[in-house]
Amino acid sequence: MAAPVQRRALWAEGLLLVAICAFCIFPFYWMVTTSLKTQVVALESPPVWVFTPTLANYWEVLFEDKVGVSLINSIIVAVCTTTLAVVLGTPAAYALARFEFRGKQDLWFWFITNRFVSPVVLAFPVFLISRELGLRDTHLALILMYLTFTLPIVIWICTDQFRSIPRELDEAALLEGASQWRIFRSICLPLAMPGVAVSSILSFIFSWNELLFAYILAPKAAKTAPAMAVTFMEGYDVPYGKIMATSTLIVIPVLIFALIASKHLVRGLTMGAVK
Amino acid sequence: MTAHVRRKTILAFLGPAVAALVLVGIAPLLYAVWKSLHNFNLTKQAQTKFVGLENYAAVLTDPVFWQAMGRTATLFFISVPIQIALGLLIAIVLHRPGLTVFKTLTRLSLVLPMATTYAVVGLLAQVMLNQKYGVINQMLGWVGIDPVNFIGDPTNAFIGVIIWDIWQWTPFVALVLLAGLSTVPPEIEEAAQLETKSQWLVLRYVQLPFLIPSLVAVLILRTADTLKLFDMPFTMTRGGPGSATEFIAVLIERVGNRQFDIGMASAQAIIMLALTIFLARLYIRFFYREVN
Repeated sequence: MAAPVQRRALWAEGLLLVAICAFCIFPFYWMVTTSLKTQVVALESPPVWVFTPTLANYWEVLFEDKVGVSLINSIIVAVCTTTLAVVLGTPAAYALARFEFRGKQDLWFWFITNRFVSPVVLAFPVFLISRELGLRDTHLALILMYLTFTLPIVIWICTDQFRSIPRELDEAALLEGASQWRIFRSICLPLAMPGVAVSSILSFIFSWNELLFAYILAPKAAKTAPAMAVTFMEGYDVPYGKIMATSTLIVIPVLIFALIASKHLVRGLTMGAVK
Repeated sequence: MTAHVRRKTILAFLGPAVAALVLVGIAPLLYAVWKSLHNFNLTKQAQTKFVGLENYAAVLTDPVFWQAMGRTATLFFISVPIQIALGLLIAIVLHRPGLTVFKTLTRLSLVLPMATTYAVVGLLAQVMLNQKYGVINQMLGWVGIDPVNFIGDPTNAFIGVIIWDIWQWTPFVALVLLAGLSTVPPEIEEAAQLETKSQWLVLRYVQLPFLIPSLVAVLILRTADTLKLFDMPFTMTRGGPGSATEFIAVLIERVGNRQFDIGMASAQAIIMLALTIFLARLYIRFFYREVN
């Protein structure tokens, strides 16, 4: 009796899993196939599923529409801000994990609150300031502003990582006469590499995906890929194939990173808010 | 042991990060507060003058601001419960033993939507929801539903935003809750499953207490992200048609970037920020008491 019921339950579960996967993946399938359509095919109604694919959209957006340049801008900004966040954030995380001092809780709370600050709050004052300082439309302006979310991510994930390293290790080193800096550099940081890697990947993803700062602060020379994608929608004749080709180019790198870090992504995302 | 670290050492470790965040986080914020006390429009800079709290009074009595807040709240109260319900279902299925390969694959595909560039989600929505060329309308046609004008009709555009918000964030909620489920000690769960066949009872009395921190996390993060929501509706509809999908961040961007009224936009942004911090603190206080 029990066996058929169980088998049926298993089938139901399997179907549900397939449905979940389809729900998640289908938009990407549609994005990629549309990017391989000519404008004529893309504007068939109802949409066609079988057609002769072409890479023409990719050549056009990469070399004629400057999406290539914007992708390079995105890489420069995301890599620089992530590196800077790790350099600044890991010592701070170490201090939060290991040292006792007054105001630690408040400091921790302040770091984390940055995660909740909407870019729209900072975008306009920074727009005015960067105009004064001649930083408008530069990579530097974006790299610095992206620290508002990359630095808290690095601090929040690495603090937990440092906490998980047994204190006996530091104490032994301390007895040997090692300085705190030495303990941090040579003992704890190497052991905290998983946390550093995860937070770097998350920083990269979030910087890569950012639109509002980029849209307001970098209109031309330093324009990043998401801001570039938006400008396609501004004409009358909406070039579907080109938009989806651009979208594919933007999304592929983050998806790869997300898959590499998939196991840690969940851990990383839950860490801060769940103490 | 570790309490004997000198102040100088602590400062050396924390100083750079604190300085950086003050520079990029606090300084612009103070500047925004200062600008919010002025009548300041980029196109009429000569007429800039100090007006005290006038902008705040104007924002708080401005129906457009409250309508945008209302839309943001509506979006939150419709899509987050759906995300939690679906997410919990997915988490429970993934938490059950068996079908390991399938579940690993599902978990991997769940990671994709939440990592997707939010602006691209808006573009995808445009393309897939189009009345004539959109694949979603084609699929609706297969089950006998007439093509829906998702982008051009105010109510439908709002529904479109909800659909894509659910698509992007249900996986996130599911994975957070799944992580929560894995904190339930297996021996307690197994003992409960021997006692009762009801999955509901196990969920309610055994798993739920362990899920509360995850649920708090979901609520806090989803609240903050809904208040921040800009990219997806902006690329999908630019806040339109009319102002149907003009959520609070989209409104502020319009006032500051397209009407150049930075004084007013700053006042709106400061009010929104105050609300965000208030809500986050409220959640933490309310729920953590429950756990302890």
